[in-house]
Amino acid sequence: MARIKTHVLCCGGTGCKASASDEIIANFEKILKEKGLQDEVQVIKTGCFGFCEKGPIVKMMPDNTFYTQVKPSDVQKIVEEHIIKGRKVTDLLYLDPENKQHVADSKHMGFYKKQLRIALRNCGFINPEDIDEFISRGGYEGLGKALSEMTPQDVVAEITASGLRGRGGAGFPTGVKWGLCAKNEADQKYVVCNADEGDPGAFMDRSIMEGDPHTIIEAMAICGYAIGATKGLVYIRAEYPLAIERLQIAIRQAREYGLLGVDILGSGFDFDIELRYGAGAFVCGEETALIHSMEGKRGEPTFKPPFPAVSGYLEKPTNVNNVETFANIPIIITKGADWFAGIGSEKSKGTKVFALAGQINNVGLIEVPMGTTLRDIIYEIGGGIKNNHQFKAVQTGGPSGGCLTSKHLDTPIDYESLMAAGSMMGSGGMVVMDETSCMVAIAKFYLEFTCEESCGKCTPCRVGNKRMLEILDKITKGNGTMQDLQELRNLADVIKDTALCGLGQTSPNPVLSTLDNFWDEYVEHVVEKKCRAGVCKSLMHYEIDPTKCIGCGACARVCPQDAITGEKKMAHHIDNLKCIKCGACYEKCKFGAISIK
Amino acid sequence: MAKVKSLAELKAMKEKLQSNLDLREKSDNPEAMIQIKVAMATCGIASGAKQVMEHMMEKAEELKLSVVFTQTGCMGYCHAEPTIEVKLPGRDPIVFGHVDNNRADEILEKYVINNELVDGIIPVNYETIG
Amino acid sequence: MIKLTIDNRPVEVAEGTTILKAARQAGIHIPTLCYFELAGMNFENKPGGCRVCVVEVVKDFNGRPRRNLAPACATECVEGMEVLTHSQRVINARRTVVELILSDHPTDCLTCAKSGQCELQKLAQNLGIREIAYKGEQSTYRVDMSPSIIRDVDKCIMCRRCENVCNNIQSVGALSAVNRGFQAVVAPAFEQDMIDSPCVMCGQCVQVCPVGALSEVDDTRNVMMAINNPKKTVVVQTAPAVRVAIGEEFGMEPGTIVTGQLAAVLRQLGFDYVFDTDFAADLTIMEEGTELLQRIDRYTKGDTSVRLPILTSCCPGWVNFFEHNFPDMLDVPSTAKSPQQMFGAIAKSYWAEKMGINREDLVVVSIMPCLAKKYECKREEFYVNGNPDVDYVLSTRELARLIKQFNLDLKEMPVADFDDPLGESTGAAVIFGVTGGVIEAATRTAYEVFTGKKLDRIEFTELRGLEGIRDAWVDFNGTPIHIGIAHGLNNARTLLERVREGKEQFHAIEVMACPGGCIGGAGQPYHHGNSKIIKKRFDATYEEDRNKPIRKSHENPSIIKLYAEYLGEPCGHKSHELLHTHYFDKSDHVEIGE
Repeated sequence: MARIKTHVLCCGGTGCKASASDEIIANFEKILKEKGLQDEVQVIKTGCFGFCEKGPIVKMMPDNTFYTQVKPSDVQKIVEEHIIKGRKVTDLLYLDPENKQHVADSKHMGFYKKQLRIALRNCGFINPEDIDEFISRGGYEGLGKALSEMTPQDVVAEITASGLRGRGGAGFPTGVKWGLCAKNEADQKYVVCNADEGDPGAFMDRSIMEGDPHTIIEAMAICGYAIGATKGLVYIRAEYPLAIERLQIAIRQAREYGLLGVDILGSGFDFDIELRYGAGAFVCGEETALIHSMEGKRGEPTFKPPFPAVSGYLEKPTNVNNVETFANIPIIITKGADWFAGIGSEKSKGTKVFALAGQINNVGLIEVPMGTTLRDIIYEIGGGIKNNHQFKAVQTGGPSGGCLTSKHLDTPIDYESLMAAGSMMGSGGMVVMDETSCMVAIAKFYLEFTCEESCGKCTPCRVGNKRMLEILDKITKGNGTMQDLQELRNLADVIKDTALCGLGQTSPNPVLSTLDNFWDEYVEHVVEKKCRAGVCKSLMHYEIDPTKCIGCGACARVCPQDAITGEKKMAHHIDNLKCIKCGACYEKCKFGAISIK
Repeated sequence: MAKVKSLAELKAMKEKLQSNLDLREKSDNPEAMIQIKVAMATCGIASGAKQVMEHMMEKAEELKLSVVFTQTGCMGYCHAEPTIEVKLPGRDPIVFGHVDNNRADEILEKYVINNELVDGIIPVNYETIG
Repeated sequence: MIKLTIDNRPVEVAEGTTILKAARQAGIHIPTLCYFELAGMNFENKPGGCRVCVVEVVKDFNGRPRRNLAPACATECVEGMEVLTHSQRVINARRTVVELILSDHPTDCLTCAKSGQCELQKLAQNLGIREIAYKGEQSTYRVDMSPSIIRDVDKCIMCRRCENVCNNIQSVGALSAVNRGFQAVVAPAFEQDMIDSPCVMCGQCVQVCPVGALSEVDDTRNVMMAINNPKKTVVVQTAPAVRVAIGEEFGMEPGTIVTGQLAAVLRQLGFDYVFDTDFAADLTIMEEGTELLQRIDRYTKGDTSVRLPILTSCCPGWVNFFEHNFPDMLDVPSTAKSPQQMFGAIAKSYWAEKMGINREDLVVVSIMPCLAKKYECKREEFYVNGNPDVDYVLSTRELARLIKQFNLDLKEMPVADFDDPLGESTGAAVIFGVTGGVIEAATRTAYEVFTGKKLDRIEFTELRGLEGIRDAWVDFNGTPIHIGIAHGLNNARTLLERVREGKEQFHAIEVMACPGGCIGGAGQPYHHGNSKIIKKRFDATYEEDRNKPIRKSHENPSIIKLYAEYLGEPCGHKSHELLHTHYFDKSDHVEIGE
């Protein structure tokens, strides 16, 4: 019998799937069969590798060769060269943006070097649709250990001692939360997994559910045991069909193995999980709103107290944790609180997953120990700013967070430090910006999101955010006044001070942090009517430098408005009244004669 | 599917299933493992590299050695095929030429286990291709 | 008990007390907007949405200042708390919040239906807001007009009081928040029109709306046109609950009885005949009481097809409610029309014939404490040859406006009598205006008819009160009669479901849609959540009953004469034709979206 010598890990996450990873897998299977290698090579569809910018990803094991942007037509070559002849297909290897060298394997890629994968430990490693692979990685051992060797109080104490804090945004200590729910007596309690990931650009929860669904099931069961709940509910947005499918498969397999259901592992503990679908409202990530949505009511927050630990789903004690929080649970139980507490910073333990995006070389999903600096993330893992541009700001925490500047680059990432710097952890969005980003426009972008996603229940969020947005719009259109800036700040302060829920209270953060850190840029917009990034169209115009223009006419030909005139071989001219600032001429000019003023 | 009825059963199940994932588990931390690369270019295959690799994998298992086997391209020693590169944790890689089944056993038993040198070492004058 | 300080004043309150209530206890007024309470009627609206009542907690449970301001209406006091209700931070926030609300609110206050009664107007005034600081887009919606209620949602401030009253107090479920963010408003599902929704037109949403987003349809102009039409004879009937409430609109104490002044002012407004719905209430007792006795009689004789309990049917909001929600029980309520419709039917038959007036030339106007009555008079079954029995309904508030339009003051009116014969009534009719009153009036008559004995005790105090659901056993000379009473439609639903499930048996149940009965009706002067006002109207109603020389419907001489001259006997052929009705299954409205 032939031995399996190679594992081909193909990413089956949503991103790579969209770029034909299913077809890649099918091609592998077909070609391997043709070559008679089906018994020597195993093709595994995994969850996300995190390096989504370069997807679809194909990783060859055992040598960790990391092929990026693989096309279905590349499969033939990989099989013939890599598998048969043992030669790496160089042009599919990751190209280091710094030294322009191909990197032979993932162990030498800057993107992975500084990462520490705990929550993502199985993503991109196992087949999420195969419970056996999960079990062979030690899956369900945490549940087994909790049920056979620990009391519910032990479990709560272990999680508390680990220092794990909620990964959904606010960072409430998970063990304390469990303890509160555990001590409330009730005939029924609920464990809820908040999978209503809504920050723009954030997709860590989706990736975990797609790549390692059993971890969530195991964690929820552990939580159920700890707090005395027999029912688990996953509130997941309906626009995550792949995550839903993987969770459904995982739940079915867990039931078949008796890891969900009655008398789990002979312990007498019963637990089962149901999925509840959300329609994708951002505010439903707020736990009271989430609970109302699950109850079939309007998804809007209510005042706390009562906290869900006292009166939650169907007015029963309910513990709500976010997906990433749950993903840390089983390994804390198996490896122990001390191990976990040994990672991270003083008050923030363990790791955090970030969705790294923006003007950065390596876009993707990363996991780093708490306390890693922004600089390390941006320059080491992220590979620095794209196109040799200058770093300007990094936005963390999504619409609830703020924009930090170069003076914050050495800030260690943890809950307190980010809060002190005027941002927040949030669920882990991280958008890097260079000098081509206008900070007023960025604040406006996030506020547009909050306005769209506000439930409308409380005045400050419903009307206040709308008014702030209108002021920002006025400023970006060149009609702002210094009085507007004053009103903007007052509104932001009042909204932060008076809004009903976390969404509203944090919604002014993008505005406040940009006012604090980029005040000059606001003043420039208002007083000089200038947008230095050239983003605010009303505040800029294109100009042709007559000394550089050779009169080729290329600009005039692409101009959709016929705004550019000039004799052949003579300097051309832009009529700013006709110009719609589309930038087509700017892109077209080969001589650098057109500039943004 | 029968239900898993206890933690012990779960652990037993894990033991049984683990070999399926061995390849991946081992390579996830290659620095700490014994790595053996088998040159598997046309010259290597023609000289029986494939068969030697199978043999070594079996032998390693027999000796309960945790080895990561990878295939690699031509190392440039076509005259000495099959060639293999053995890298022990914390040591420089050593290349052996003319490896047949007997030499393979010898390498595993003597060099890998007891760190004794065996015949057939090819001096290192090349960059490993990784 | 919990000790805390509010504005540096020590306060001691029971556990669970909110900062708002603790402050009130200490005599400190914290302004509110969305917050609404009808004490004693189990209604408290505190979504914590408007953020007007925010206060600064300088010392919280942990000894540290609270990060953000706390809504006083929803935050419970904790030991050692220190609260500031009017610090600079609070005033600035409160002002900004009100300015924000105003920035998305039409400023047509001069012509707004709630002008002078508007709680937002008052708040802006108290805060001294002289200009709208934040100018920007205003939300616009189409105006929705049902026969009873106008929804002008541009004015909605999302206080959610209407939603709360509609869902929790009335369990009607017609209103809920729709859309989100800046577009969020309260509306029927799918932003349907109210008439297409399960709305029962009870109008309690109008009664609690702090602004002009919900108001009554105004029919005063139509009424004046009829009065000024020389071809028309215009008669007016006025409901029992109006006389104990309308005085409030003229600065009189709640509970002032102004029956005589009311008759005088109506005459002055130009109505040709001023009659009383109380007359028709007595008539209702004759019909409904007889129906009750007939059903009891058949039941005791072993007729199993008879439906008991009999349910009262004089409240049109309640009629709409059971048509929507209890379509399987349409044969349970009494078939007797409401007093308003009985009055119309008699006025346009018996009285018109007597007076020699053509039906088409006779206009019947009602003054009602109710908005559902506006819908009721437009129900098709109450039309004869395209002509309605009742032409127009004015609410108490509309009548007050009409009086003011004529520069009259009710306080200065002389006392006058209603016209005969449709103006004569008894004390039994008066108490139709309060919860429990209809069934007490029916009991007074039914007892005497059933037992053939005179009542020694006219007042059945066991049937009185403001508890949401009540029941009592009344001894009909050896036959115990079980009577149930509910006011507020959710209470009615609860009671009826108990009956439907067979958990409880009654002979008769009285239901009034509005809290307190008609005295708390949606057409009454706004009570702004002051349940003491309702209590005073309640007491005044029983006082008016006590002042009446005749207190049993069957002793009303005009009623006796009506039967003798025209109707024959209660529940007879002619009665059935004129005074009884039937009900329709409207449940399809309820199933939308299921």
